[in-house]
Amino acid sequence: MSDKILEVQDLTIDIPTPSGTLHAVQKVSIHVDRGETLCIVGESGCGKSLTSLAIMDLLPRKATRTATRLEIAGESVFDIGERRMSDIRGNRMSMIFQEPMTSLNPAYTIGDQLSEALRRHKKVSRGEARDRAVFLLEKVGITAAASRLGQYPHQLSGGLRQRVMIAMALMCGPDLIIADEPTTALDVTIQAQILHLLAELQREFNMGLILITHDLGVVARIADRVAVMYAGQIVETGTAEQIFKAPAHPYTRGLLACIPIPGQTERGAHLGAIPGIVPSLVGRMPGCHFASRCPEVRDSCNSAPIPQFQGAEPGRSVRCLLADEAAVRQPAQEGAA
Amino acid sequence: MSEIVLEARDISRSFMISQGFMRAKRPLHAVNGVNLKLHRGEVLALVGESGCGKTTLAKMLLGLLPPSAGSLELDGKPLASLSHLEVARIVQPIFQDPYSSLNPRKSIGSIITLPLQVQGDKDPASWRQRAEEIMELVGLPRRVYNNFPSQLSGGQRQRVAIARALINRPRVVICDEPTSALDVSVQSQILNLLQDLRQELGLTYLMISHNLAVVEHMATRIAVMYLGRIVEEGEAEAVYNSPRHPYTEALLGSVLTPDPSLGVPDTHLGAAYPNPLDMPSGCSFHPRCAKMMPQCAQQAPRPIPTESGHVECSLYKENEAKMRMTS
Repeated sequence: MSDKILEVQDLTIDIPTPSGTLHAVQKVSIHVDRGETLCIVGESGCGKSLTSLAIMDLLPRKATRTATRLEIAGESVFDIGERRMSDIRGNRMSMIFQEPMTSLNPAYTIGDQLSEALRRHKKVSRGEARDRAVFLLEKVGITAAASRLGQYPHQLSGGLRQRVMIAMALMCGPDLIIADEPTTALDVTIQAQILHLLAELQREFNMGLILITHDLGVVARIADRVAVMYAGQIVETGTAEQIFKAPAHPYTRGLLACIPIPGQTERGAHLGAIPGIVPSLVGRMPGCHFASRCPEVRDSCNSAPIPQFQGAEPGRSVRCLLADEAAVRQPAQEGAA
Repeated sequence: MSEIVLEARDISRSFMISQGFMRAKRPLHAVNGVNLKLHRGEVLALVGESGCGKTTLAKMLLGLLPPSAGSLELDGKPLASLSHLEVARIVQPIFQDPYSSLNPRKSIGSIITLPLQVQGDKDPASWRQRAEEIMELVGLPRRVYNNFPSQLSGGQRQRVAIARALINRPRVVICDEPTSALDVSVQSQILNLLQDLRQELGLTYLMISHNLAVVEHMATRIAVMYLGRIVEEGEAEAVYNSPRHPYTEALLGSVLTPDPSLGVPDTHLGAAYPNPLDMPSGCSFHPRCAKMMPQCAQQAPRPIPTESGHVECSLYKENEAKMRMTS
């Protein structure tokens, strides 16, 4: 039980817009254990980033968040005050953003920003904070760490900045790290290094890691479990092995067909494609969100909400009527819809 | 041998970079002695990390930036002797970000027909029809003719950019990261479209990309660029199956294929891309190279011909390059 770092149940985010309520995230349930990596994968607009912001309680003010359960290391953080939340944020859980240039303050040195993260939450002296900063900068593979403390973000390359961001996220020794597209802005070579580093640090500090990405290559290499999101809902969950070897949802299968795989996809051959566009999430949608683009759509798909069907193995689930007929059975008890 | 549509001979470009107030400017060699031939109908992919000079090279090939040394030939004529309009008739770009490369205040129709207007096309009455033809070719519905870019999705916008590039029927299209701003499912649609257009219109592509899986899929030839030089070049198949330069190897090793049984690769490349203002001595790759030899720090390698291109690495000697290949 104590192994569960994060438990979210039926997280829903609504955003009012002039043309009606935008149901950005609809009854998303995820959990992360200590030492485990959960990847949330999906295309832009599917609600994956909003989900992470909701967990951190960093949603835009006009967005409303509801959930039946939102617990971090066993403590419910649902609707606690802002003061208590800011004790948890950055301390128990921290976040790494996509663009390291815009998420570091250009007017402060690396050392200031690293120490601030620690001194904001813990009673430590400047010297101790500095020592911890040097220790972590070395941990994330930055050479001459002590001399970097006096530098400003613009003096560092993109890869180094992202390493600083990771070091900053680790300053308080969090239980959970949420990394939102941490490598999208980086070169492939640096991407591999940063992912390597994240995986290593996660093992070493036994943290939970939520990695949000659209890159299926990254997901396959780093994830223990995967949640595929589409149009505000989780459409499929499973281990990386299950998702990539036996994808059950037509959307997951479509996504996998879209990416060329060196050595497997015939060079120059047509890639798979998912025709159509993501539906608007304004207003209620009666049936399956993917129905308009699904190659295997049936009449029943559009009539009623599709429940999340639980698979035979724990943690395996699919939101698709076809999958229900095939391998997986029994709609979920929560009736997530 | 197919015809050469674009050739770069030993071109270089340097920029003078200010070092701060009252300090001398220093040259930054963004592109440093590049030789490149683009044959009709091929897809040449230019790969390398950010800051290696890919975009500067593309700008020179588009005639947007004069090289500081070397010569460029377009269709057998020196590029310097051609006017901007003549260059634009032969070479057209497609840029990375369809959100910023389209004027938000112009309608789709006027964006697509602008090249006709610029080229002083004699027959304005036919513009709409020609625009609709090209829109159909790139898979845009005709009804968006009077819409604005903000009303289109990212994939549709990239189709507009492609339509605009193709309306004057250029021979060469320079695609600078054409899909990296797009979602996975949209990316595959655009890649399929580019493949179809190449066959239908007999286009030649220069594709700049850091997504090596995409490059592998599209390219017929690959040129790997590092700190302003092309360190390895050859047929796509040969470069992929048996990369010779240690940098090419490292790049290929960092491609993350969606295979859950493999972990994150360790590229053995040091963290830092070197400062291009302060280039390493000898082979510019030696500080990050896993196969560094003592002479690498002193001696810059010379291009060694391989069976389909060349490689610049001291690991290989004049006649040896082909042998290593097979072993």
